[in-house]
Amino acid sequence: MLEVKNLHAKIGDKEILKGIDLVINDGETHAIMGPNGSGKSTLSAVLVGNPLYEVTEGEAYFNGKNLLEMKPEDRAHEGLFLSFQYPVEIPGVSMTNFMKAAINEKRKYQGLDPMNAAEFLKLQREKRKIVELDSKLANRSVNEGFSGGEKKRNEIFQMAMLEPKLSILDETDSGLDVDAMRIVAEGVNKLQTPETSCIVITHYDRLLEMIKPQFVHVLYKGRIVKTGGPELAKEIQEHGYDWIKEEIGEE
Amino acid sequence: MGSEQQYIELYEQVRQIIFDHASEAMNAVRDQAFEDFRKQGFPSKKVERYKYTDMQKLFAPDYGVNLSRLQIPVDPYEAFRCDVPNLSTSLYFVVNDMFYTQAQPKGHLPEGVIIGSLRDYPEFVSKYYAKQAKTSEDAVTALNTMLAQDGLLIYVPKNVKVDRAIQVINILKATPQNAQRQVPDLMVNRRVLIVLEEGAEIKMLFCDHAADDRNFLATQVIEAYVGDNASLDLYCMEETHHKNVRVSNVYIDQQANSRVNHNVITLHNGTTRNKLDLTFSGEGSECQCYGCVIADKEQHVDNNTLITHKVPHCTSNELYKYVLDDNATGAFAGRVLVEHGAQKTSSQMTNQNLTATKEARMYTQPMLEIYADDVKCAHGSTVGQLNDAALFYMRQRGISLQEAKLLLQNAFINEVIDKMQLEPLRDRLHYLVEKRFRGELNKCDGCRLCK
Repeated sequence: MLEVKNLHAKIGDKEILKGIDLVINDGETHAIMGPNGSGKSTLSAVLVGNPLYEVTEGEAYFNGKNLLEMKPEDRAHEGLFLSFQYPVEIPGVSMTNFMKAAINEKRKYQGLDPMNAAEFLKLQREKRKIVELDSKLANRSVNEGFSGGEKKRNEIFQMAMLEPKLSILDETDSGLDVDAMRIVAEGVNKLQTPETSCIVITHYDRLLEMIKPQFVHVLYKGRIVKTGGPELAKEIQEHGYDWIKEEIGEE
Repeated sequence: MGSEQQYIELYEQVRQIIFDHASEAMNAVRDQAFEDFRKQGFPSKKVERYKYTDMQKLFAPDYGVNLSRLQIPVDPYEAFRCDVPNLSTSLYFVVNDMFYTQAQPKGHLPEGVIIGSLRDYPEFVSKYYAKQAKTSEDAVTALNTMLAQDGLLIYVPKNVKVDRAIQVINILKATPQNAQRQVPDLMVNRRVLIVLEEGAEIKMLFCDHAADDRNFLATQVIEAYVGDNASLDLYCMEETHHKNVRVSNVYIDQQANSRVNHNVITLHNGTTRNKLDLTFSGEGSECQCYGCVIADKEQHVDNNTLITHKVPHCTSNELYKYVLDDNATGAFAGRVLVEHGAQKTSSQMTNQNLTATKEARMYTQPMLEIYADDVKCAHGSTVGQLNDAALFYMRQRGISLQEAKLLLQNAFINEVIDKMQLEPLRDRLHYLVEKRFRGELNKCDGCRLCK
């Protein structure tokens, strides 16, 4: 699915990623944890092609294709999805028009005709159920006036609509109450298939208990410094990151 | 300086021809207009209200003027079928500056309503013509008044409501069909007089189009008298080409408890200058003035408004939005004048602009001048670029950069269009604006609104 080799990236003059190596196979779920400012969000931003970041070294392949050469929209068409940590409000653009544009551009990329209106509405209705999203939100502007929980559920709704191969959830659990977190986690689980993979970026093992990753990575100062199974998340929850910092020879 | 000279000489030479081909009532104010024009000349950019558009330059080229009122044969009904969905308008045409009298729509107008040529109604001309549009105060108005030979009269009697919207298509056409020789570029001087008696109601839609590929200079003066408790919707849409110059002066006088919606839409143009002078003469009136501009390449659009609150208890709202691409230039200068004693005035003026390139220029100047002490007035202006975060968010969902820009620009302009009262026009405009942003309205090949 995804193969990242020695990835370096900077924003402005500040180097943030200092050599990331990561392999994700079909059907796997990986969690990425790490202290604030370690580069988790930067990694996700670089993978989806945010123009604010500049890749200075390294490679990333997505199902055999060179990810770093692709435009952000083409990465999306290839099946890469990012659930944003801070979903952007777009006043004046309705959710429906937004989703219709997204779906039809993907279909165009795949050489398919645009989806007709009835089909689209049906699909939208089905997928909304997965995250228990109010149908009224469809007529509202994208994320405008949505509560924190609605914004995050809306991200998962979009994920359900677009059926990506690899989803990156960037702190989708932050700011969610327990019920909303359950809805989000269940939604993500429902969308999981043996052909799709997922990267979950989080600070808490609560979400991981529900989503159940096979691998947990710790990102620190722009490198993956430790990789383990789900038990690693529990240890971090109990003991913090200091013991890992010690392990790698830092105070 | 100097552009006025050719018009002064022209008038001196052809005064008699102009008089011969115009009605007596319009001729009555012509010499005075000429004197006023000669005194003023065209304003330089040092004149406050003409700061952003070089009038000297616009009027410098040598245009032909159709003084002998030769008919340029076109069949507008053939060329401009209207398909605004569900908008069945009563359709009228003005070819250049002449009211097109053949085959007018029949039977739709309520009794007493007049839509016709000024020359047929001298009593209205002598009562209302050139009263608001003072030739001593504006050189373009003076020029228009000294050259205009005919115009359009719209009259709605007391308590009559015209349900069906009146659509007037202004067609610019210099070349007669099967013309034998090259015709000159054309200057036209349009004139409109709107008189609404007490309690009258009408919705007007003016569409400007150019039907051939010549250089045009169109001056226009609209005077509207809105009586007590009357209601006027005045929409002006321009969709011409890059060789077109439009200089429009609109004057509106509102009596007590009257309502005015005025919308100016510039979809495609060359150089456009729209001036609006609106005066509240009677208490309890309100106006909504909206404008939207989409300009690219070398296009230039300048909207200049003055709203005068002479009396208490009136409400004015202004919202003008511009999207400027390439090397386009936009200007908005709005002034709200609250005169002494005009208490309880409520006024809001907003101008918001998007510049898509570093080369696009926007000049914005919202002004408030208040001489009363119990009023609520606000004004604001912004110039900005498309939101990068929103663009990236959309691209991550697979929407191409181009499409994402389009969605954002559309959303920006739609705020103005959504305020339009004429629903079918609104829907049609959504469609036209989108086409415009897609670059599919690159030139005016006939009336898109109506074809």
